[in-house]
Amino acid sequence: MSIEKYRKNFLKEVEERVEEGQWVKMCMQCGVCAGSCPFGPHWEHTPQKIFMMIRAGKREEVLTSDSMWMCTSCYNCVVRCPRKLPITHIMHGLAYLSKREGLMPKNQPTAQFGQLFWDNLTKNGRVNELKLSLGMYFKDGFSQGIKNAMAMQSVGMGMMKAKRLNPMEILGGHGIKDKSGFSAMLKKAKELEDARRKLA
Amino acid sequence: MANKQYSYYPGCSSQNGASSSNLMKSVESMVKLLDVQLNEIPDWNCCGASIGYAGGGELPRIALSARNIALSEQHNPGQEIVATCAACWLATREAKERLDHSATLLAETNEALKEAGLVFKNEAPPARHMVEVLIDDIGYETLKSGVKKPLEGIKFAGYVGCQTNRPFGIDGESFENPMYLDKLIESMGGEAITNYDQKVTCCGGALAFSEPEKSQKQIKDIIESAYDHGADMIVTPCPLCQANTEIYQNEVNKRYGTKFNIPVTYYSQLITVAYGGSGKDAALDGHIISPTKLVDIASK
Repeated sequence: MSIEKYRKNFLKEVEERVEEGQWVKMCMQCGVCAGSCPFGPHWEHTPQKIFMMIRAGKREEVLTSDSMWMCTSCYNCVVRCPRKLPITHIMHGLAYLSKREGLMPKNQPTAQFGQLFWDNLTKNGRVNELKLSLGMYFKDGFSQGIKNAMAMQSVGMGMMKAKRLNPMEILGGHGIKDKSGFSAMLKKAKELEDARRKLA
Repeated sequence: MANKQYSYYPGCSSQNGASSSNLMKSVESMVKLLDVQLNEIPDWNCCGASIGYAGGGELPRIALSARNIALSEQHNPGQEIVATCAACWLATREAKERLDHSATLLAETNEALKEAGLVFKNEAPPARHMVEVLIDDIGYETLKSGVKKPLEGIKFAGYVGCQTNRPFGIDGESFENPMYLDKLIESMGGEAITNYDQKVTCCGGALAFSEPEKSQKQIKDIIESAYDHGADMIVTPCPLCQANTEIYQNEVNKRYGTKFNIPVTYYSQLITVAYGGSGKDAALDGHIISPTKLVDIASK
């Protein structure tokens, strides 16, 4: 198995398989990231703890953690980190690895929304906000979807009145012209990255 | 021939009928009034935004921005890329930075771009934010000199948010207390609440959708402080900040028993109105909570 060589060294695995993972060893455990995070109170493990857990080889605990999915990409930790670690990107990278390894928590809402967003934008090259919203409401089935949509009805109607949500988008909506070149580009990019990072 | 021209990347949420179409409309009016020409990048695609990481890895996301930069180099040669959306600007700038620093990523990105018949030549300078065009290329004094209807009597809480401010930010500004938005407000004759303490607080971003409860706590803090400081309205440069702080006010009210009803506008709407544009030019009809004090000035 290709990841066998990392068995005893999770830090090395993170360095080679995670976006900006080579920075993890630079963490000096000051905790400024933990104190700067807007969603700090909701993390199972703070970034600081995640970094120490990586060095301690706690592969499963890290990759099954809810924590990385709490990142709002506000970059507060990045600009405050005294060692200038790109913490936001490392969190994104860890989240992506956990997804690719099938270890992410079940029904994690941000993981689900992120995947919906990616599938939505890659289809036509641009985001279709109506389909994205409906996709999120209906992710847990039809009846829950109707409940969710009803609960958010006033928000949706307000947006339509302000001409900031177009019901006609359901028929297709905005998109780029060169969809085939765009899709081929993304397919190639994924292949290259999967090979380099040994993602199955 | 306009005084200045740039290669323009509007972004998904700015399109017609999308959540920040009022940003796009007011920016288009604003640049006409300022004699700036924006040349849209032909066939631009989504930048992947802050939440694209879950579905796309690093390289596919970089390829998204590299495609936009390559198209800009090809069709708008020699022009700087200007973005109005915080996420578009960040992703475009970040991609170039990664490609500048990694020969591996650069080679792989170009291999992927070849599939779309494009090349990333890396000729274009880093993407810029529209605000930088205003304050660096035009300047506060020049901006002020063109004001026809000063925004007198309106108190603004300048909400800068995250991604217009971090990790790159506007040159010469601090991450913790950037002042440019306050200065822009004052240049237009409005009153800026300079001690507004939530100006760089995160609105939850994309997680307003997936983690509404946690995000609405953020939104509550941002709005509450605007009220505490006597603001008539909030003004922001970011489309997602605008959407989150405006459209969820009712949800926040339900959750916290508050009675928030404060308009959230864009800097481009302020400038358009102050420069004599109509309410329609400034897309003041594109709000759920109408910025009535701005509407009054526009219709005077």
